[in-house]
Amino acid sequence: MRLLPKEVESLWTLFTGPTIWAVHFLVCYVAVAIYCEKARTGPFTFAEMRLALVLVTLLALAGIVLSAWLAWRQWGFGSGDPPHDAPTREDRLLFQGFATLLLSGLSFVAVLFVAVPLVLIEACQP
Amino acid sequence: MTEVVAFQDLSADEREAQERKLREIWRTPCGWRYWTSVNNTQIGLWYGAAAFIFMLFAGVLALLVRVQLAVPENGFLSADLFNQAFTLHGTVMMFLFAVPIFEAVAIFLLPSMLGARELPFPRLSAFGFWSFALGGVFVCGSIFFNAAPNSGWFMYPPLATDKEYSGIGADIWLLGLSFIEVASIAAAVELIVGIMKCRAPGMRVNIMPLFAWYLLIVAGMILFAFPPLIAGDILFEMQRMFNWPFFDAERGGDPLLWQHLFWIFGHPEVYIIFLPAIAIMAMIVPTFAQRPIVGYSWIVLAAVGTGFLSFGLWVHHMFATGLPQISLAFFSAASEAVAIPTGVQIFVFIATLLAGRVIFSVPMLFGTGGLAVFVIGGLTGVMVALVPFDWQAHDTYFVVAHLHYVLIGGMLFPVVAGIYYYYPLINARKLSDRLGKIAFWIMFAGFNVAFFPMHLVGLRGMPRRVFTYPADIGWDWFNLVSTVGAFVFAAGVVVVVIDVLRPKHRQPKEQINPWNAGTLEWISEPEENWGVRSIPIITSRYPIWDQPDLLEDINAGRYYLPDAQDGARETLVTSVLDARPIQCLRVGGTSILTMVAAFSLGGVFIALTFHWWIVTIFCAVLTLAAIVAWLWTATAEIPRAEFRDIGLGKKLPLYNSGPRSVGWWGMFITMAGDGTAYASLMFGYFFYWTIHEDFTAGHAGPGVAWPLLAAGLFTLAWLAMLLARRVNASDRPGMTRAALLLSAALTLAGCLAGIAGPHRSGMDPTAHVYPAIVWVVAIWTVAHGAIGIVMQAYCLARSLAGRMSARHDMDMHNVVLYWHFLVITAVTSFGVVGLFPAVR
Repeated sequence: MRLLPKEVESLWTLFTGPTIWAVHFLVCYVAVAIYCEKARTGPFTFAEMRLALVLVTLLALAGIVLSAWLAWRQWGFGSGDPPHDAPTREDRLLFQGFATLLLSGLSFVAVLFVAVPLVLIEACQP
Repeated sequence: MTEVVAFQDLSADEREAQERKLREIWRTPCGWRYWTSVNNTQIGLWYGAAAFIFMLFAGVLALLVRVQLAVPENGFLSADLFNQAFTLHGTVMMFLFAVPIFEAVAIFLLPSMLGARELPFPRLSAFGFWSFALGGVFVCGSIFFNAAPNSGWFMYPPLATDKEYSGIGADIWLLGLSFIEVASIAAAVELIVGIMKCRAPGMRVNIMPLFAWYLLIVAGMILFAFPPLIAGDILFEMQRMFNWPFFDAERGGDPLLWQHLFWIFGHPEVYIIFLPAIAIMAMIVPTFAQRPIVGYSWIVLAAVGTGFLSFGLWVHHMFATGLPQISLAFFSAASEAVAIPTGVQIFVFIATLLAGRVIFSVPMLFGTGGLAVFVIGGLTGVMVALVPFDWQAHDTYFVVAHLHYVLIGGMLFPVVAGIYYYYPLINARKLSDRLGKIAFWIMFAGFNVAFFPMHLVGLRGMPRRVFTYPADIGWDWFNLVSTVGAFVFAAGVVVVVIDVLRPKHRQPKEQINPWNAGTLEWISEPEENWGVRSIPIITSRYPIWDQPDLLEDINAGRYYLPDAQDGARETLVTSVLDARPIQCLRVGGTSILTMVAAFSLGGVFIALTFHWWIVTIFCAVLTLAAIVAWLWTATAEIPRAEFRDIGLGKKLPLYNSGPRSVGWWGMFITMAGDGTAYASLMFGYFFYWTIHEDFTAGHAGPGVAWPLLAAGLFTLAWLAMLLARRVNASDRPGMTRAALLLSAALTLAGCLAGIAGPHRSGMDPTAHVYPAIVWVVAIWTVAHGAIGIVMQAYCLARSLAGRMSARHDMDMHNVVLYWHFLVITAVTSFGVVGLFPAVR
């Protein structure tokens, strides 16, 4: 069994990083929204929820790193420089790899941005 | 791919015969029938012209607003007319200018930019245009009857649900704009399929024009941004028309749900407006820097990144509503993050200009001037994205200044740049350099004089949307200066209008590609309607620069599809990643059906506004008939021959079904949008659950049995559809028809069971929001079931008419695809309304 997936040729791999960002964002927002309306009196505390969301964040970051690694591999581990504008399948793959790698970077930073409130804010309405 | 192409040269006679035939097939009709044209050049032009006229109208409204505010205690407009004027100004600028102008530019430019003859669904573009034009006239016209919407362009309840205050204006807004949203989604479907599947052979994703990348992302955003507003419109209109209390706090509703749904649409919309304008810049900058763009991949990063992040910003319009501060902080963080990709694209442009030899032309003037203005708006955006600052500036003129800097700098200036740049494609002549420069400096100066003081008066506490103010609180001079600036700005716009409209027949015609641009749209000849003379093989991002003799070879008809031997409008379908040719697609030609469908659908919305129920039903039936006639006569046609020789020794199939066909993609994309609207309704259901201790408030639910029975029947109906597709694939028409009938009967039963739940428990939707939301979910699902039955009947009729077989099964594949979405909808709807109250 292989640990990492085989190389996929599809337009959709481009969106992996941003999709992980979107899911992470939604999980954080929905969890907090429901907690602050409903679970104030519930079985777990804000600190516990915060911890859970930090774990979700780490998971999301790990997913983005994985997608970045796959993109790096598709980009030939940086063997060629952009612009990747030759009319060949190879250059198309290199372009996809590079663009995916860039998007993974942006998504990583964006997930970190969204995670900052989890570190700094200790209650629904501090 | 550097396969050697063996051109075959034709004699001059043969070539002329081909051209005559092509010209005949793609001819624009004359007389009144001109308006039945569906060709992308006409539709694009009408679309753009209509959007521009709406813009001028909304601009006049803005001037009225500015006159009223010029001096304190002014009586130029009454408070109510002032409210109508600013509401209509915002509404028209956003819905009738900013979004449609990009659809116009895209429909006009994309086919030639991609080297296609046409986009895949030309009649859909025409339908979209007529819907937009009719809806726009309806909404704009209301102010002449003193009946325009007057609660601000985002229509917050409870103000906008108050019938005494808002009169019929709110209905005009809701129904008129829902109608226009249909047009936007139609355009999104057209553009996504066009960009993914209709690029010229060889135009792989790494060499596709950046404009196409941007438009692909924008069309995807429309698909996820507009449906929440449609869902919101449905809830809103149900409250106004039938008193279902979705936003009425007394009966369990909540005005905040509207704010959520509106801004889930409204914030991405800002980027839906901004990205196409920046896409025009991405075409202009390389031309005038005389070199390829620096950092193509970085632009793709920026477009995709902005597209995604823009969906995580909507609550920053709601910072002052009392949501938990940690929630606000998430949105604040995402609002800061979106500055990264936005900045990247501006740096890419600067780098390209630094690396090239810049020609400072009028389009560059408008483009760079616009970006400078936009950067200021972006920086104030970063300021208001911070919660504490926003609490100070919220609903003041600071926000008015910010949004105008963003929209006018990020959209209006680049669009004017685009008008100056692309005008030769419309008229074979350039606009005047001199007038262009004059217009730019007047507009640029006027804009800053008008809007910069608004930052300051906003910080001095002037709230937006007040119709007048007292003299002694330090706002008067700022407002007077703003008004003067607004008129100066308007004078600049008038210069542009004069330049566009002035007769130019004495001016000599320019050669093709007067700016010496590198991208493919510049091969198109303004006199010809066929898009491209022959469809080229593309091997570069800037084919006109890099592919020698390209223009000559195209115009000599040496590439694909140089003729129209079967007398049909044709274009090529290619694969998504590498643009390998896979099909020769016949597209719809001139037809009045699209107009009939658009006008009758418009009739439905307009009649609903005035509660003319019989007219509504009549128009709805007419719409259905027009759409069925349109589908029956012009889609999934069975070609006489299976293959078509497209030239250069290549033969392609004329008929594809399933994921290989463009129709399947159209259905998939439409249903993705439909699914988003549905998800927004379900969001509403759970929203009410979160805000209440007991969201049923003691009201009876639909029970468990009926909903689960409905879910089961829909599942069986879906299985019967799978069976129908299977037996059809083995060419057993009798069995296929039986399976279709069985599925239709099961669907009907499922619909009845779905209604029976809330009906038999006597749920009264006017009593409380819980029964109301259950009813809405059930009705949405059942309505989709009814559409499913129509589709099954259509397949049955196709089969009986001998138009559907194992080989020609496009209709069947598309309907089964619809059913995949329908079964997910039905199981979710009935599962949730049946089980959730018990398990929560």
